[in-house]
Amino acid sequence: MMQDYKYMLDAYEEAGGNPEAFKNSKVAHLVIHQNKVIGKHLVEGLDLKPKETASGIDIHLIVRKGTIIKYPVHLCFGVLPKEGIQEINIRARVEDDSEIKLLAHCVFPNAVRVVHKMNADIEVGNNSYYEYNEVHFHGFEGGVEVIPKAKIRVGNNSRLVTNFSLLKGRVGYFDLDYESEILDNSSLEMTVKIYGYSDDRIKIKEVGRLIGESSRGLIKSRVVVKDDAQSEIINELVASAKNARGHVDCIEVIQGNAKARAIPIVNVTHELAKVTHEAVIGRVSKKQIETLMARGLEEEKAIDLVVSGMLK
Amino acid sequence: MELLRVEKLSLNLNGRQILKDLSLSVKSGTIHSILGPNAAGKSSLAYVLIGCCDYNPQSGKIYFLGEDITGYPTQKRAKIGMTLAWQEPARFEGLTVKDYISVGIKENKPGLVEESLYRVLLEPKDYLDREVDKTLSGGERKRIELAAVFAMRPRLVILDEPDSGIDILALDNIVNMIKELRSQGTTVLLITHREEVAEIADKTSLMCSGFIVEEGTPEEVGKYFKEKCIPCPTHLYPAEKDKEKNKGKK
Repeated sequence: MMQDYKYMLDAYEEAGGNPEAFKNSKVAHLVIHQNKVIGKHLVEGLDLKPKETASGIDIHLIVRKGTIIKYPVHLCFGVLPKEGIQEINIRARVEDDSEIKLLAHCVFPNAVRVVHKMNADIEVGNNSYYEYNEVHFHGFEGGVEVIPKAKIRVGNNSRLVTNFSLLKGRVGYFDLDYESEILDNSSLEMTVKIYGYSDDRIKIKEVGRLIGESSRGLIKSRVVVKDDAQSEIINELVASAKNARGHVDCIEVIQGNAKARAIPIVNVTHELAKVTHEAVIGRVSKKQIETLMARGLEEEKAIDLVVSGMLK
Repeated sequence: MELLRVEKLSLNLNGRQILKDLSLSVKSGTIHSILGPNAAGKSSLAYVLIGCCDYNPQSGKIYFLGEDITGYPTQKRAKIGMTLAWQEPARFEGLTVKDYISVGIKENKPGLVEESLYRVLLEPKDYLDREVDKTLSGGERKRIELAAVFAMRPRLVILDEPDSGIDILALDNIVNMIKELRSQGTTVLLITHREEVAEIADKTSLMCSGFIVEEGTPEEVGKYFKEKCIPCPTHLYPAEKDKEKNKGKK
């Protein structure tokens, strides 16, 4: 198990994480390899109970009322062998007047046939903050299936932030489905950034329901596909309350034979609500490239700089 | 010494003649302004000079320090010392001001990015980590473009309407910066349609309908512009006619 722990942290570091965080007693963490908990540390006010199942882990997470978790909780999920399955079921409850930020790294460095599923059911109370950042690091075989699903409900005067990025290694098959609803004076920001190539397949569906008065929503996608990769993005914002405001912002860059599809859906059912959207699909803007070339960059490097900025 | 020479440059875009046998000579160490009304072809000339991919001239030559660069791609022109500051500069999501300005820097001089921001009246601590994206106003973006040029220290910079979108208070500063570019050894090809900006030039060329109709000091060209171009309802035909007349005389 010690060996697995070391390999997991190596992969975690390769994914851009800082393994020092796992040594810091002020930082809560959880390390899971396949269906085994191989590292765990909690801090006051955070109740985190992982339970091993046949194919993964069930996690029950509670942030107690009035608790501010000062440092991001570090999660590391991974499958080190070439083949395997990992199903993570998360039930999270962030009680009123509390805050938590989670930083999850999902690492599959050697994957040839790995399935990673996540089902999250999250409830955020009133006057609270919940941020979930998920960073993936896959190997270069493309043999990973990632299927994250989340249903999130947010109370009044609260804020929900989710960031998903898959920028290192092959995507493989990816099918994300997040749905959230927020109440009065609350806001949601959901962002996905993915870089796909070879024959990667990317499906993203993010839905935000602004059902509370003066609620705010932003759904943002940045996807780059090249070679024979394909992507399809469905971003939906529903505004059904007075003064609800939302924006859907989707940019897909295609290179080579890649194919991209974007379906922004805006659904407004209250006369004092407003949702805007923008979706752009195409190659990197010629003007951007020529601007950088006029500073001396070769065309390839100029494209790389534009794309890496967009996905940063 | 002649830095840039353009010989009989013609550009046709989508069946429309944009540049017509245009010739131009720019001396090293000078500010050379190109003055002209809207749609005279000034920006197209800038794009041809820097080698933008849709702006390949049908005929004519461009020489830089005597070297024929007509077929050079943009980055090769940049490497030998040319650059362009766009009239409406591109935006770059995720790219910080610091990184953007650093792209063109060749010399290893600490603090050059900060210094270049000071030159355009932008406080480095407020801007270095900001993204060159749509959160910047048009004026801020233009100043950052000028700062990037300043930091690059090219031999020749083509400034395409650096005064547009700049408020009147900042205009003096932009003018001073253009002069400073010259004093640091950069030759400036200044494209503008504002006479008061063209005035800072050592030499002015008046462009109309795709060719140069008059050249001289800013005062001489300004006088010609007022007398011949401003009364012209289209800003086009009298100047064209004069050019035709002058052709016969020469």
